[in-house]
Amino acid sequence: MTGYEGADLAIALINVVLLGLLFVVAIAIARMRSLFAIVMLSSIYSLISATWFVALDAVDVAFTEAAVGAGISTALLLGAMLLTSRTAKPEPRKFAIVPLLVCIATGLILVYATIDLPAFGDPDSPANTYVGTDYIERTPEEIGVPNIVTAVLASYRGFDTLGETGVVFSAALAVILLLGFGERSLSASIGRRKGGKE
Amino acid sequence: MLEFILERGNYWAIIGLMMIGLYTLFAATNLIKRLVGLSIFQTSIILFYISLSRIDGGTAPILYGEDAKSHGGGHGEEAAAGHASDATHAAADAAHGAVNHGMEHIYSNPLPHVLMLTAIVVGVATLSVGLAIVVRIREAYGTIESDEIREMDLDVALAEYAEDHPGEANPA
Amino acid sequence: MRTDHHIILRVVAKPLIPIIALFALYVQFHGDYSPGGGFQAGVIIAVAVILYALIFGISPAMRAVPPAFTRSLAAIGFLLYAGVGVWALLMGGNFLDYDALFNEADGGHHGQHYGILLVELGVLFAVAGSMLSIFYAFAGRVTEIKDEDW
Repeated sequence: MTGYEGADLAIALINVVLLGLLFVVAIAIARMRSLFAIVMLSSIYSLISATWFVALDAVDVAFTEAAVGAGISTALLLGAMLLTSRTAKPEPRKFAIVPLLVCIATGLILVYATIDLPAFGDPDSPANTYVGTDYIERTPEEIGVPNIVTAVLASYRGFDTLGETGVVFSAALAVILLLGFGERSLSASIGRRKGGKE
Repeated sequence: MLEFILERGNYWAIIGLMMIGLYTLFAATNLIKRLVGLSIFQTSIILFYISLSRIDGGTAPILYGEDAKSHGGGHGEEAAAGHASDATHAAADAAHGAVNHGMEHIYSNPLPHVLMLTAIVVGVATLSVGLAIVVRIREAYGTIESDEIREMDLDVALAEYAEDHPGEANPA
Repeated sequence: MRTDHHIILRVVAKPLIPIIALFALYVQFHGDYSPGGGFQAGVIIAVAVILYALIFGISPAMRAVPPAFTRSLAAIGFLLYAGVGVWALLMGGNFLDYDALFNEADGGHHGQHYGILLVELGVLFAVAGSMLSIFYAFAGRVTEIKDEDW
């Protein structure tokens, strides 16, 4: 089934390296106090996970994660940081015990649940057999578009995507309601600069 | 045993990442750091879905080669016959598993890709709303540390209580 | 005249911005054949404008792409998406049923192709407009912290 010998090993190695990098970045974010470093590291986290999406054959998701996670959300986080503060207050204790215990317990329960999950890359798993294969088989005949993700996104699940577009639009409306359009505050800052030191 | 661990090691690593995000979300008092923890948690869940959609020996779900030019070709009819009678379809499923019958190549499952693609975009939309609320909190309270905000709220509530009920003991 | 600390950034960014915008259009219109689509292209267009705003200042960016335009763009994109659905309704099909758009015979893909094209265009407008409106809302606010605090 696999193309050639050694491909599995190469993929396993890529997985280990990328997941290790993700771990390093995530732990660094949990321990950092400089918000600027945290924002930059979260951008790096998105970029590494985008790389891993490519290794998992999800090119469209990788593209979106690289553009959205590493691009827009970093710009928004920096913009919000500029309006709030530079550093986080140090936590009173080195490790917060209760959250740590809650996280470990939740993690152990989730690991226990993975014992029943199908193996990584299993072609016969329930997630990969029914509707997913149907989309792959029917797309050339019914839609005539090579990129199956586009076909499912825009045509088979077009109603779903309409809802997602509505969510993005209403999020923009919510931000505008909370922060204003931007023009008024801009003119205020220009006026202040003119009246101020310059 | 080793094979069992290797097949599920990805899931466990992703759960570990998820828990680091959750810990950041719980333990940090800074609201922006909390939002970053939330986005780590979300990215980990996306990683989990995408790793479920991978198929061994498969490729990205973009039709190529013979599969791409199938406007009324041989396996086009096959696919039409497939969903004309569900019984044949189920039989074919049982015989071939997820191997895409009638297809020259194996493709990974496109459905989780679509769901997660929209989830990423919605994630940045919700993140921006959260950040806008944090900015307003900073303007109202002068801080974005959640424990300081809680103390200020408590002080205000106590002062209001004392104003409404003069002469009573402090409830706190 | 004060010295310009960002001269390298300005020189590098100026040729980069049109290329980013062009790449967004490629991602948009080649999305049927390669990875990409309205969501990604919308975000990339927004990133091009945000890069301009970060390097040349927020007021030149607001003069080039006014906030009134970005929020209308978001609304127009959403309406375009919903409008394709209504068009399918008027042609006698279901909501967002692209096969009904041109009432073509079985096996014809024109309805699907044009439907996907228009819908992705709607997504592009909505996402680009929304992201830019959000960015303007954050960037246009008066900063309370002075530069010296960095």
